[in-house]
Amino acid sequence: MTIQQLEATCKQVRRDIINMTADAGSGHPGGSLSVTEILVALYFQKMNINPEKPKDPDRDRFVLSKGHATPALYGVLGRRGFFPVEEMKHFRQLHSILQGHPDMKKCPGVDASTGSLGQGASIATGMALGAKHTGNPCHVYAVLGDGECQEGLIWEASMAAAHYCLDNLTFILDNNGLQIDGSNCQVMSLGDIAGKFAAFGFHVINVADGNDLTQVLDALNQPAEAGKPTCIVCHTVKGKGVSFMENQVGWHGKAPNNEQREQALKELEA
Amino acid sequence: MSDKIATRVAYGEALVELGKTNEKIVVLDADLASATMTGTFKKAFPDRHFECGIAEANMVTMANGMSTMGLIPFCSTFAVFAGRCYEQIRNSVCYPHNNVKFGFTHAGLTVGEDGGSHQAIEDIALMRVLPGMTVIAPCDANEAKKAVAAAAEIDGPVYLRLARLPSTVFEDMPFTVGKGHVMREGKDAVVFTFGIMVEVCLEAANLLAAQGMDLMVVNMHTLKPLDEELVKECAAKVKNVFTVEEHSVIGGLGDAVASVLAGNGACTFTKIGVEDRFGQSGKPMDVLREYGLCADQIAEKMLASRG
Repeated sequence: MTIQQLEATCKQVRRDIINMTADAGSGHPGGSLSVTEILVALYFQKMNINPEKPKDPDRDRFVLSKGHATPALYGVLGRRGFFPVEEMKHFRQLHSILQGHPDMKKCPGVDASTGSLGQGASIATGMALGAKHTGNPCHVYAVLGDGECQEGLIWEASMAAAHYCLDNLTFILDNNGLQIDGSNCQVMSLGDIAGKFAAFGFHVINVADGNDLTQVLDALNQPAEAGKPTCIVCHTVKGKGVSFMENQVGWHGKAPNNEQREQALKELEA
Repeated sequence: MSDKIATRVAYGEALVELGKTNEKIVVLDADLASATMTGTFKKAFPDRHFECGIAEANMVTMANGMSTMGLIPFCSTFAVFAGRCYEQIRNSVCYPHNNVKFGFTHAGLTVGEDGGSHQAIEDIALMRVLPGMTVIAPCDANEAKKAVAAAAEIDGPVYLRLARLPSTVFEDMPFTVGKGHVMREGKDAVVFTFGIMVEVCLEAANLLAAQGMDLMVVNMHTLKPLDEELVKECAAKVKNVFTVEEHSVIGGLGDAVASVLAGNGACTFTKIGVEDRFGQSGKPMDVLREYGLCADQIAEKMLASRG
């Protein structure tokens, strides 16, 4: 796909995010809009996956450790062909394959059930360790939230990832700076988050604009450093693409009403 | 009967046996391999043993990730840490019903000297409530070995509750997950029990026999799924039903049996176990006595509360 096509896909996914959360009357648009380019880059360009064979043993694995960003994940999986896009209308509804948080037993293409913060990074670490052990050539990607890095489990997993020299593992940090109760700095300062991952033994790549597809792809395409896990720190904008949601704490876990939906969709027109 | 062996020792040996025929078996430890007795597996299959450091939560979630790659991980640590990594067990493993096993040792009061901070009296309650979790507490080394082999055959999470204290090894018995085993017939009363308390209850039954009370002893090694049919069947034959456990009387076997029998029979029902309090340091048998769980104390309680 060309960059233009990928950018158009991002816009489409953003419209999906708005429609899914508005239809459901709940969900997490802010952190879904910030992570859109990362997920589109992975699923439409970088990862070795086949929507026809979602359980292919050699496929690359993806773990959405910030599991509340399901609107973005489902938008990407739906547009990539893992399930019919009509399913998105049932997001968060009874009996839907599109649960509020990712469910690996219900939704094709979801490799790990997540939603309890911190656990996805550790699951991905176990996957990468299991892949090394079994000789599986896959690469494992996990998207982490920045507020999520306040969980101790992230650092337990990071220590293990470095200890076991998991160069088949990439953490991607969606560093939008905001969480439910305020900014990271107000809630619990993360300090030098890139430096922390480096100190834990990661090969760290900084992406100045994580909502710029070219920059995200450049980072993803850098070769891994032998014997080291990679952490790509993407500086992103929470609520990206919808003017009244950008950098607003209040849009973490709130759905747009119909009026707000119309305005957002207008801003996200192709 | 032969020399006493702890179920944790049998756990380590059983894993080695299993490892010989099933290369998917991997074992994870949190710096306790020499206590959970998985050190034997580590020695036999160094490339299939994964140290996780003193980080139980990460051990569980990593094991979960490994299970999605087709491996069968056995997580090993102390039962008291079941609570520490509980939400990882709940959400990462049980919610998607992934194929991860938990061999948690040093359960119950018979941990002894390490004291109340290390004596898990709540782990069964925690595990029993998780949908899809199988909970097994073997009574001796033979049963522990069979339980390990059975756990590997189950497609889903299994919690194995294992003991530190060496205990009597009984004659070989049939073992099927979810099927209780009548160890001693009796016509006056029945006791449902598991783990080390099976031996203690058999001893109590001998004491009671001298007092004219004929006690049936049922080994309920599988706490979940509970053998409800056997519970009903045995309860229908007697006037008095007892449960005995090295666990809190809240949320353990007593409550599980009570749920089956509630409104269902004309018998008396008495739960014997740890009465909503923490353990403490002491020699294992001294601690059991302090908490009223020695054979003579159990026999006395049964005589006092029979209908």
